Amino acid sequence: MIERHASVVVQTFVRVLTPLAQLFALYVLAFGHYSPGGGFQAGVILGATYILLALALGRDTLDRKVNQPVCVALGAAGVLLYVLTGVAGMAGGGTFLDYSRLPLPVPPVRARYFGILFIETGVTLGVAATLIILFCRLGEQESGR
Amino acid sequence: MRAHLPILPVLLPLVGALLQPIVGLASRHVAWPLAVATVVATAAAGIAGLLDVLARGTRRYPVGGWAPPWGIEVLLDPLSAFTVCVIAVVATLTLLAGGPSARTTYESEQPTYYGLALLLVTGLLGMVVSGDLFNVFVFLEVASISSYALVASGGGPALAAAFRYVVLGTVGASFYLLGVGCLYALTGTLNMADLAARLPAATGSPLFGGGIVFIVVGLAIKMGLFPLHGWLPDAYTRAPAPVAAVMAPVATKAAAYVLARVLLYVIRPESLPVSTTLAWVGAAAIVTGGALAATQVDPRRLLAYSSVSQMGYIALGLGLGVQDALVGAYLHILAHALMKAALFVVLAAAALDGRGPTLVALRLGSRMPITGACAVVAALSMIGVPPAAGFFSKWYLLQGALAAGQPILAGAILGGSLLAAVYMYRFTEAVWFGKPRATGGPPEAPMPLLVGLVALAAATVAVGLSNAALVSNVLGPAAAGVGR
Amino acid sequence: MNYPYWVAIGLLMLGLYTMIAQRNLLKKAVGMTIFQTAIILFFLLLAVKRDASLPIVSAADVDPARFMNPLPHALMLTAIVVMVATSGVALAILIRLYARYGSLEEDVIAERVASDETDPA
Repeated sequence: MIERHASVVVQTFVRVLTPLAQLFALYVLAFGHYSPGGGFQAGVILGATYILLALALGRDTLDRKVNQPVCVALGAAGVLLYVLTGVAGMAGGGTFLDYSRLPLPVPPVRARYFGILFIETGVTLGVAATLIILFCRLGEQESGR
Repeated sequence: MRAHLPILPVLLPLVGALLQPIVGLASRHVAWPLAVATVVATAAAGIAGLLDVLARGTRRYPVGGWAPPWGIEVLLDPLSAFTVCVIAVVATLTLLAGGPSARTTYESEQPTYYGLALLLVTGLLGMVVSGDLFNVFVFLEVASISSYALVASGGGPALAAAFRYVVLGTVGASFYLLGVGCLYALTGTLNMADLAARLPAATGSPLFGGGIVFIVVGLAIKMGLFPLHGWLPDAYTRAPAPVAAVMAPVATKAAAYVLARVLLYVIRPESLPVSTTLAWVGAAAIVTGGALAATQVDPRRLLAYSSVSQMGYIALGLGLGVQDALVGAYLHILAHALMKAALFVVLAAAALDGRGPTLVALRLGSRMPITGACAVVAALSMIGVPPAAGFFSKWYLLQGALAAGQPILAGAILGGSLLAAVYMYRFTEAVWFGKPRATGGPPEAPMPLLVGLVALAAATVAVGLSNAALVSNVLGPAAAGVGR
Repeated sequence: MNYPYWVAIGLLMLGLYTMIAQRNLLKKAVGMTIFQTAIILFFLLLAVKRDASLPIVSAADVDPARFMNPLPHALMLTAIVVMVATSGVALAILIRLYARYGSLEEDVIAERVASDETDPA
């Protein structure tokens, strides 16, 4: 069981840093189109903020904020978002993952941008959920089974 | 909808797998019906795809709208549509039959189990329909990682077996990737059709030989081909019964399909003795796997070594390369999937009844006559007794070996049947004449298991009886034009 | 000279040797990671060209021959994710193994598993 970090400085700093880091993860996701970043990187940053919560503020804080089955479901929902974006392309008349045919009222080139944004959001959710669940589950095994 | 048939066999189980954790939040009892519904839909899509290919010819599907060779291509031709049907239908029957067993093994974790099992099916089907070498790698890893987790879910001894499986499986997939890298360095393309067009010009370079060897070795590890089968016996023995039933019949078949696709459609290496080596290694696998199976005490390990032996038949057929041998290999993919699935489901029934993992304790024939009868049918098919499907696949392989002028390989095929008779006799004898159980138990296996098992055994005979139609309409065209 | 390719091959051999020869399972897992990294390095080396610029299209520079090849990099992103996932599964198995058998040495575990199986629980 990970305890709260002894130093008040660390605890306070993490409390202040976490929302900023999560905002930065959103920024990395949205600007992945123009600069280094994208779905996987944003997901890692997002997942890391929760792990940091556990390391600094104690495992019970993380357990209060994260419900494990819901987390797994959110991860699956993220990947499902990816697949459904691809299927939306099929519904618009193209093949799977054809973003230019998404049923959005924008020209095809712009529709590609939205398609990629949606799938990257799905990837972020999936990756963040995976990291959080890995940390939670692997941390439980100390009691042995 | 018909235009999307190539991608449906991959999409449907993927969506089904992703829905499992979400639906599992509400209730864990919906997991099994949802999983079965998903694979039934997948099997329907697979059969529709096969009928469509037979009526209209090969269907190519550019994912994302980008045309090949720059885009990723998914293709349905007679061979891939046939393999999709095999995997989807066998997975349906094993997931159906494994339901009661999974409920006892996993209880509240069922959504996770079915999610992983459906991801395994997604990966295998993705490997089969893919028209691009790197796409095959991606789906290969999806299937592999799911199967690592599934094997490890057995706890205890299964963990050691799973770790060995992880290491060896990763080596295999990485070798495949390295081979793909070599071929990419040589030609600059990853698309199978494009590679087939460009490779003949590049056969002089050492990268060509290296690439082929890496790809073949990597796929041989994944296929469980002797002597690279080290992960297989432990993994199949220690995995939980429902996992073995789902994984064992189909996981190696997809790798065998990729080997066939790469060797016969992409590389066509006349300059390297790959095919001859493959045929002889297949013969060695048949004999060694059979001999090892005949000495086993644990029925699961017996079936595992039997799988090693049967994969040797497929490798032998692919290595020989003549029309009949290829037809035999493809038919054996179907036949072996059906009969192995039936046998592992029988073991799952025994495990449900609480019978220990030794052959002697396997007796369930007198109280579970239908289960026992299906075990006998599957065993007869393994040995190669007509009219079961196993006879016809070995018949075609034999014809092919003789046509290629290889009497020793023909002898290996017959020797394999003899060894199969030995170990399958031990198995059937145990099922019907082993040590009887002291206390009573349920009268017969649960209904879903029974339905799946009877369907598998009936399919074995049905495929055998209708093999002429199958060969002339599906397998013959699949093997035509690439044989020597 | 092809030094980078020799480095990649050297890492490949190192990873393979570690996976085979080391008896500690965690070291085998590390060897597996080294092995996969070597293959990723091999692919990335295929992308390099002499005097090449970054593969970003700008108004001034649209000649594809002057860009590095971005395709192997994109392929290797997938391979890296696969590597992470495989390591995750391997390490999860190792944690469970250690909790169950108290050791990460291959021979100790094999002997404890064998005694587990002969002694019906």
